Amino acid sequence: MQSAIAVRQLVKKYEEGSAGTLALRGVDVDVHSGELLMLMGPSGSGKTTLLSIMGCILTATSGSVRVAGREVVGLGEKQLPALRLEHIGFVFQGFNLFPTLTAGENVELMLDLKGVSAAKAKKRAQELLDQVGIAEKYASFPADLSGGQKQRVAIARALAGDPGIILADEPTAALDSHTGRNVMEMMTDLAKKRGRAVVIVTHDSRVLSFADRIVRIEDGAIARNTEVETVPPGLLAQNLPQASVGLV
Amino acid sequence: MPPLAQRNLFHDKVRLAVTLTGIVFSVVLIVVQLGLFLGFTTATSNLIDHSNADLWITSKNVPYVEQGVAFSERKLNQVRAVPGVADAQKIIARWTQWKRHDGGQDSVQIVGINIDDPMERPWNLVQGSVQDLKSPDAVILDDLYRQKLGVTGIGEVFEIGGHRARVVGFTHGIRSFTTSPYVFTTFKNAQNYTNLREDQTMFILVKVAPGARLEQVRRDILDHVRDVEVFKTAEFSRMTTFYWMFTTGAGVAVLIAAVLGLVVGFVVVAQTIYATTVDHIREFGTLKAMGAPNSYVYKVIMKQAAIAAVMGYVLGMIVSVFVVHGSQKGGAAILMPPSMAAGMFFLTLLMCVGAALVSINKVTHIDPALVFKG
Repeated sequence: MQSAIAVRQLVKKYEEGSAGTLALRGVDVDVHSGELLMLMGPSGSGKTTLLSIMGCILTATSGSVRVAGREVVGLGEKQLPALRLEHIGFVFQGFNLFPTLTAGENVELMLDLKGVSAAKAKKRAQELLDQVGIAEKYASFPADLSGGQKQRVAIARALAGDPGIILADEPTAALDSHTGRNVMEMMTDLAKKRGRAVVIVTHDSRVLSFADRIVRIEDGAIARNTEVETVPPGLLAQNLPQASVGLV
Repeated sequence: MPPLAQRNLFHDKVRLAVTLTGIVFSVVLIVVQLGLFLGFTTATSNLIDHSNADLWITSKNVPYVEQGVAFSERKLNQVRAVPGVADAQKIIARWTQWKRHDGGQDSVQIVGINIDDPMERPWNLVQGSVQDLKSPDAVILDDLYRQKLGVTGIGEVFEIGGHRARVVGFTHGIRSFTTSPYVFTTFKNAQNYTNLREDQTMFILVKVAPGARLEQVRRDILDHVRDVEVFKTAEFSRMTTFYWMFTTGAGVAVLIAAVLGLVVGFVVVAQTIYATTVDHIREFGTLKAMGAPNSYVYKVIMKQAAIAAVMGYVLGMIVSVFVVHGSQKGGAAILMPPSMAAGMFFLTLLMCVGAALVSINKVTHIDPALVFKG
C-alpha cells in the first residue's frame, strides 16, 4: 500500500551563523491513509520540524519526503503552496483562526483558495461546520467561541480543501479534557471513517489511546515507532516514555 | 474572496483614522498646491492667452509681457505692409499708479486697446460693456480688486498716473499674477496714464491672413521691421509663465509643496499598513501554510491599500472642493479642473498601493514555522 507520506533518511539542519543545529538526523517514517499517528518527544526533539517538513512548510536539508506519491524535497517555494493546498490540511495549537472573519468565513477562505465560487463556498462551509457540530456558529467571530468550538472551526477549515492528509500540532493543548476528547474523536473519525492520514504532534498523554501508532522522537531521531496494540495497556495511561517500549 | 482586507482595515478604528487622515492631508495639500500652480500659471499669461492675436511683436529682449519696452508706433504700418498680415493693432500693457480716494496708491497694470478691434479686449464683463470705454477717461477693472482700489460702483472717478479715470464697468475673474490688477482702457488713455509719448506703443498684435503660414509671416516681419522680436502667441505665453513660475522660483516652491504632500501621504500610509501587516503576520503565515501563494497574500494587502485610497480620496476631495470654492474670492485662485480631480484619484491609488509595497517584503519573508508557535 502506498504511504500517504513516506520519509526516508530525512536530515534537517538549521544554519545559524558559523554553527548549525541538526534538528533531524536521518528519520525514516511512513504515514498511511486511515491511520492516526502521534509524534511524541521532549521539547526540541524535532517533532514540529518533522511535521513542518511533512507539511511542505519547511524544506529538508537532505533525504526524501514523498507526499501523496510526489517527491517534495527539492521543490521550490512556488510549487510547495500548491502541494499544501491540494493534499494537506493543518490544525494548529493556537487555532490560527482569522479573528476578523466569522467562523463561516474562515472556512470559506480555504474554499476561496481552492477556487470555489462564493455561493458554493458558503454552502460548503455551512455543511462542514454542521459536520463538526457547530453549524449554529456560522456567523460568530472567533472571539465569541469557546476553545473547543474554535478548534472545530479549525478542523472544518482543514477539511474544506478535501485533503488526504491532516497534520495537527498540539490540537488539544489549549483544551480541557472533555473538549480535548471530543476533538480527538473527530480526528479519529477523519482517519477511520474518512480514510485520511492523520498525524498529530502532542505532549498530551490523555490522548494516547486514540493513536494507531506512536512515534517517539529524541534528539532528532526516531527512538521508537510503536503500534499501539503492542504496548502494554497499562502503560498507555502512564507517562509516555514507558509507553514507547515495544516492537516496530 | 472573504472580506479579509476590509475587515483587517476596519478592525482597528484608530489606525484607520490615522491612515485616512494621512491620505486626506496628502490629497488636500496636493490639490491646493497644484491648483495654485494652475491658477498662477493661468494668471501669469491671462492677457496673452485671451488675445485673439497670432503673433506678438515686442521690443528687443523682452522676456515676458510685464517687461515690455516702448517703441515707435510707426512700426505698425511696416507690420501691416508685410504679406500675410491680415490685421495689426497697437496695445499697451504697463504698470502705473492708481490713487484711491483715501490718498493711498496702488500699482495697476494698464491695458490700452483699440476697442473696435477684437484682438484684445476685457472678457467676462459683469457690468458695463467694452463700448463704454469710448466715453472720456473710461476704465474697466475686475470686481475682485474693488476693495483694494477703493471702488464702490460704476461712475466713480479716480486718478491714474496723474490723469482722470472713470469706472464704467467690471469684469469677473481676471486675475493678475502680480498684486497689480489689470485696468482696461483705450490706447490713447493708456498712453496718458503710463506717461508714454503719442508716437509710442508697447506691443503690436498681429492676425495672420487665412491660408498664410504663421512661421513664414513671423520671419517676414522680422525681415521687414527692424529692432523687434516676434513671438507666436503660445510661445510668448509660455515665456511669460516660465519667467514668473520658475525664474522667480514661485512655481518651484508650489511644486515642492505638492511633492511634500505626496511624500507625507506615502509615509503615513506605508507606516499604518505596515503596522497592520505586522499585527496580522500570524494570519498571513497561516494563509501561506494553508497553501495560499504569495500573490494571494499580496492581493489582500493591496486591497487594503486600495480601499484606504478610495476612502481617503473621497474625503480629501470633499475638503478640497470647499477649499477651492473658498479661494475663488481671493487674489490667488485655486483651480481644480475635472482632469486634475481624475488624476488625483489615480495618484492617490498609486501612492497607497506603492506604500503597501513596503509590507510586501515583510510577508514574503514570513518564517513558516511561525504558524506552529503557540
